[in-house]
Amino acid sequence: MSTFSHRLWHYFQNDPERVSIYLQEAGKDDYPLTYRNLYQRAAAYAETFAQEGIEPGEVIVLIFDYSPDLLYAFWGAVLHGAIPSILPFLTEKLTPERYLSDLTTLISVTRPAAIVTYPNFENVVKKATDSETSVRAIIITDQIISTPKSAHSRYPGFERSPLDIVLLQHSSGTTGLQKGVALSHQSIFNQIQSLSTAIKLDPKRDVIVSWLPLYHDMGLIAGFLLPVLCGLPLVLMSPFDWAKAPYRLMKAVSDYQGTITWLPNFAYNFCARRVRSRYLDGVDLSSWRSIINCSEPVRWESHQAFYESFKEYGLAPNTLQTSYAMAENTFGVTQSELNQPPRVEKVDQEYFVKKRVARSSKEGKPFINIMSSGAPLNNTLVRVQNQDGQIVADRVIGEIAIQSDCMLSEYYHRPGITGKSLQDGWFLTGDYGYLSEGEIYVTGRKKDLIIVGGKNIYPRDLEELIYEIPGVHPGRAAVFGVFNEKSGTEDIVVIVESELIDGNDRIQLADEIRKHVTKNSPIALRFVEIVIPKWIVKTSSGKIARKANKEKYLAELS
Amino acid sequence: MNNEIIPLINDFITSEILSQPGRNLSIDENLISSGLIDSLSLVDISLFVEDNFQVVIDDTELNADTFDTLKELEALILSRQE
Repeated sequence: MSTFSHRLWHYFQNDPERVSIYLQEAGKDDYPLTYRNLYQRAAAYAETFAQEGIEPGEVIVLIFDYSPDLLYAFWGAVLHGAIPSILPFLTEKLTPERYLSDLTTLISVTRPAAIVTYPNFENVVKKATDSETSVRAIIITDQIISTPKSAHSRYPGFERSPLDIVLLQHSSGTTGLQKGVALSHQSIFNQIQSLSTAIKLDPKRDVIVSWLPLYHDMGLIAGFLLPVLCGLPLVLMSPFDWAKAPYRLMKAVSDYQGTITWLPNFAYNFCARRVRSRYLDGVDLSSWRSIINCSEPVRWESHQAFYESFKEYGLAPNTLQTSYAMAENTFGVTQSELNQPPRVEKVDQEYFVKKRVARSSKEGKPFINIMSSGAPLNNTLVRVQNQDGQIVADRVIGEIAIQSDCMLSEYYHRPGITGKSLQDGWFLTGDYGYLSEGEIYVTGRKKDLIIVGGKNIYPRDLEELIYEIPGVHPGRAAVFGVFNEKSGTEDIVVIVESELIDGNDRIQLADEIRKHVTKNSPIALRFVEIVIPKWIVKTSSGKIARKANKEKYLAELS
Repeated sequence: MNNEIIPLINDFITSEILSQPGRNLSIDENLISSGLIDSLSLVDISLFVEDNFQVVIDDTELNADTFDTLKELEALILSRQE
């Protein structure tokens, strides 16, 4: 069993009636998808890809929202030996023009051979492939053959080597210039093995419950591939259904005796504040053994709020755990110890800010709580280094670097960037943190990145968007993130310099900025401040000094 | 037309969701399809409506087809209060 195809075949052959995924959709009955059905529908996709002349090793882009076809098309691409890559679907708020232009750029870098989507989205995709393009086939779901001819084990996917790339995962940056993280079968198997050990995965007992989108590493690896490849049931709901009715997560755990869920930090606050008790009548959460906080900075306060809200439904205090993860390491880098709360260190605030060292705080001095993300997985080495690449002592903050047997093969078609991220065999994460007693504490980011509700946003991308608005001059906008205690995630703040004096004119400009960013990016913008010329702090080379502007904003405007 | 519903919801949206207290939304302004209110804030509106007007909006109805403007939301509330 050396590839994804072999693994799927194994369950199809030996346990075809076992349910792989319970698909939940608001207003519909749950749909239990067995390995037999998953394999056969995937085989139909694989045969369609062959008919369309797609070659093994070529990239197939999948554009779906939450839909069984996404799962079939993904596994169909795998069985065909092609490389699937799941992209987000167009949302209600995003302008189709922006989506189209991002998609066109992505296609020009990734050079996929085919795109699979719904019939009513075909026209958008066609426009993105109008000019000279690598795309030879746009395949719509109507076109998929209804019954595979053979559903046998001779699909080209069985001929792939474990070291071949099995999928691309695009998870950060603007859509167009996203880096496609290319992962091999072997890397993903290695990750799953180490992660399973760390969380003591038991295929006989564990049930994973997830609402996470599959275009994101946490959803793709933990909330999809891990359960399917390990033969344990997954209860999967749409992120949109969850956002409108977060109680559905608790209901699903109770109905299916769910045991493990991965969540980004904001989801703890979101559930704690928005789930009404009347929806939880009869709900029993005692089966939930691990809720793992991952993909945003982890906050002790968020865990507390979540626990307080759900303890009366049988939630055990030791259920809440943490992890540090990234797509470049397939997924998990660390995992906190099971059956106990993650360690929380009370750190001297002044020393932390001024000396960049995490020293225990003395009685009566201002402190901050920093929660551990746990110890490295057994296949991953973690070190913290300074600017010169030298390892620093425990508790000294530096850049986190990692080494493992589950690293990305490359950033797809981006050789320059791949080389830059690696230094003497260590992958530089761009995250700051410190080590203490073998556990990693993540404290910030070297790279200019804002994480809003688990979405990675680059300030530069938003600044570029803002410069498109008439009346805003290039170099006159600064974007940064400020943590919001209530929501458990970062808020984006935009500062724009303008000569406008009239109050109404300034409000109008702020409104324009809000609308433009909201319609052309994955996030909704809230805090826009119009300031006088020369307010924005720049570096000696004339670049926007985001950290300095954030400090100035917090001191003067917030 | 009810005199109380719109101002109350306007204040809730502008202060709690948009972080712009004091702003007046026009009653025909698209709130959901424009992206002004993002998907994670929709549930806040349904909870606010439930608490203040005793009208339940089911989560399957939380989309721009059910209401997209203050005026439409007011009509929905009034029709269910009857």
